[in-house]
Amino acid sequence: MTQTTRTHLDDLENQSIFIFREAYHAFKNIAMPWSMGKDSNVLVWLARKAFFGRVPFPVLHIDTTYEFPEMLEFREWARKHHNLNLIVKMNTEARARGIGYETHDPVTVTHELKTVALQQVLAEYKWDALITGIRRDEDPTRAKERYFSPRNAQFEWDYKDQPPEFWSQFVTTAAKGEHVRIQPLLDWTEADIWRYIQRENIPIPQMYFARNGRRFRSLGCSPITQTIESTASTIDEIIAELEATKTTERAGRAQDHYERNAMQKLRAKGFL
Amino acid sequence: MTSAENVQRSRSNAQHPTSGIEPTLRVVFVGHVDHGKSTLIGRILHDTGSLPEGKVDEIKRACAAEEMGFEFAFLLDALLEEQKQNVTIDTTEIPFRTPRRQYAIIDAPGHKEFLKNTITGASRADAAILVIGADEGVREQSRRHAYLLSMLGIKHLIVVVNKMDLVDYTEKRFREIEQEYRKFLRELGLDARTFIPASAREGENVAQASMKMKWYGAASVLEALDLLEPQERDVDLPLRFCVQDVYRFDGRRIIAGRIETGTLRVGDQLVFSPANKSSVVATIECWNAQENGPAVAGDSIGITLSEQIFVERGYVASRENETPIEANRFHADLFWIVREPLRVGYLYSLRLATQDVKCEVVSIERVMDSSTLETKSDGREQLERNEIGRLTIQTRAPLVIDNHDRIPNLGRFVIVDDGQICGGGTIFGGVYTDRTVTKSKNIFWTEGKITAGARAIRSGHRGAVIWLTGLSGAGKSTVAQSLERELFQRGIHTYVLDGDNIRHGLNSNLGFAPDDRVENIRRVSEVAKLMADAGTVVITAFISPYRMDRSRAREIALESNAEFIEVFVDAPLEVCEARDPKNLYKKARAGQIREFTGIDAPYEAPEDPEIVVHTDRQSVDESVATILEQLLPRLRTVQ
Repeated sequence: MTQTTRTHLDDLENQSIFIFREAYHAFKNIAMPWSMGKDSNVLVWLARKAFFGRVPFPVLHIDTTYEFPEMLEFREWARKHHNLNLIVKMNTEARARGIGYETHDPVTVTHELKTVALQQVLAEYKWDALITGIRRDEDPTRAKERYFSPRNAQFEWDYKDQPPEFWSQFVTTAAKGEHVRIQPLLDWTEADIWRYIQRENIPIPQMYFARNGRRFRSLGCSPITQTIESTASTIDEIIAELEATKTTERAGRAQDHYERNAMQKLRAKGFL
Repeated sequence: MTSAENVQRSRSNAQHPTSGIEPTLRVVFVGHVDHGKSTLIGRILHDTGSLPEGKVDEIKRACAAEEMGFEFAFLLDALLEEQKQNVTIDTTEIPFRTPRRQYAIIDAPGHKEFLKNTITGASRADAAILVIGADEGVREQSRRHAYLLSMLGIKHLIVVVNKMDLVDYTEKRFREIEQEYRKFLRELGLDARTFIPASAREGENVAQASMKMKWYGAASVLEALDLLEPQERDVDLPLRFCVQDVYRFDGRRIIAGRIETGTLRVGDQLVFSPANKSSVVATIECWNAQENGPAVAGDSIGITLSEQIFVERGYVASRENETPIEANRFHADLFWIVREPLRVGYLYSLRLATQDVKCEVVSIERVMDSSTLETKSDGREQLERNEIGRLTIQTRAPLVIDNHDRIPNLGRFVIVDDGQICGGGTIFGGVYTDRTVTKSKNIFWTEGKITAGARAIRSGHRGAVIWLTGLSGAGKSTVAQSLERELFQRGIHTYVLDGDNIRHGLNSNLGFAPDDRVENIRRVSEVAKLMADAGTVVITAFISPYRMDRSRAREIALESNAEFIEVFVDAPLEVCEARDPKNLYKKARAGQIREFTGIDAPYEAPEDPEIVVHTDRQSVDESVATILEQLLPRLRTVQ
């Protein structure tokens, strides 16, 4: 008797692995941004699934210099644990110019320390594709994404004229100076991510779990990332909390809410 | 269960899925522009309590700021520009939940020029809701979208006749539209089981049964969705395992790919097309897997084989008694979605599953207007955007296909031009392999010097010199002949140079004295270079015992930028001598032949050959597989 039952998580995992392999075949010079957040760690895990235990391309941490110390500890631990080829990039030039949360608004700082840093490291390594962990349910602008989403040399995302994508066929070429964002988690929801972390026992930073009545639901730069009130100290409790809440996942991320359509503006300029 | 209960239960479940077990059902919303798709979606999200806290208020505030009345459609139009233009610009995907299951709404825009987004959205859907405005009735896009849904293979279709409030909720108007549209769908071979009269704006028959249309006793929109059964995985269809890549991360050779249909287990005898080579599944490889059962349709897996055969991306594994069709000429229906028209005789890329081949359209049999279903067969040479053509396609290399009505995933393909997906097609009519029709049209550059690059693009591969070296009896000629056949079957221009065809003509004036041997190899090198420059993959099979000669052959080849691949056909002298196919060793040992390599003349083994095959341990097929694996990637044309 053939066991053919597959769960929703199996479907998501299979599709993500398929995308990873298509990407690895199509683009020879490829890297994977890794924020150490929960989605990022699921991404690393899926890469290891796709490539039978290894991540066969560099992972990139854009270090804003405003990282939580616990996250940096986790970075070192996970680098060894997953045997990652880690590249760390900081926009030291912007920091030298005095760009920082102490003096500037979060949209400006995020743009400089994340997007510009990414542009710099991309110019250095000339990757033609980046594998990112964005999901459709995170934000309305991300809902419109493709699995393979081209970015021009200025990093701009032309969301009004996106390539068609159907029957598992993707845009698999990048012109010189351009790159393609590959987004294997596009179909996953926040709850899917948690259920998968639980099922696979994927290591994640402890900051997601409640301590003293508060926890982080989404992790970014320390000065502009807020905790939420929560007693959820296990994954089951986090999932139960998600099912009850109507607050959006990125509500604690200041750069999204600084001005109307901030996220759209950030993303059109190259933010992940 | 009443719909009122539905709503209450789903409200308490909020926006997040509660089930990690049951798959999400993706529903695409299509229909003519302004018939109310976005309003219906906004209403569904609202009535199922699926909107984040404050979203409705946020939109209301935004509307007030821009002095517009609130519309349910605005809930969707999250991007500023959409609010400005009041049309949806691209595919979005929004989750909602009923007690039955989790849904994802795919909103496909109605504007004519956004066809590619409609297709992107609809191709991912399990079911479709097609919205028709009761006031305007069936329009152009109502029909076009239904046609596309049928091509994309969506089986579940629910038709919502919206804006019933504008026609006073009259049954007569609803029945008119239902009758007209059912007739159209039947011609397409689509069967819509459900027609629902509704008003999204007023919330009639969306989540709850309408009190204003008591003449309609059947399901509301949400109830109709909940009644749908999710599409089954295609486990009962014949096995199609499409190879994505072959990995050798730790010495193991893992063939990675996705099972499109059927099941696969350890011990299965597989046939790989197009090579038609068989092997047995030794292991199903996975990392940190939960279970070790058979792999089934939809699974992304890796396998190892018990006998090493050459396999690369694009190959399709099946069972011996259920093989797919191998063809280089077939019929298809094709929709075209880009501004630049499809042209007969123009060279395109065709991608089907993981295969990627060059193709051209040989002829357009007829063109169909997807709105009126009128067909024209006036010998057209091109297909315009939004048209659907019935065509004959010819590919440069054999393509592994199925008819779309048998195995959809292997029966559909996209046409790619300059990296851009331009259209999608479905294959019908089984095998058509009339290979007598030759291509005579010159569809390439006709001016200026013809470059090696241009030749490579024409033939689909680069020229190269494959230089086999090794002792007499090592198997050079056997490997060369077998390699030539493999290359030839892949549509590669190839030719073997060996003692038989060189010594009898070109080099008939040369003997076996050392000087003559050097000259012999020099001439072979020059001929090989010319042929490689002409675009041929030349295989040379000469003992060529001296490193100096071989390195000169390499330099000669490099003069014309031809790829040079030295293959050491290695077997111990004892083995070669035992084989002694031409009794040359015996004669040499008996002193009848002087200066025989390995006996009384040296063989200088290559120090750093590109490829080594060990013919004492590897079969001919395995040796050829080893060579092909490294050779084929190097023959690819540079993009």
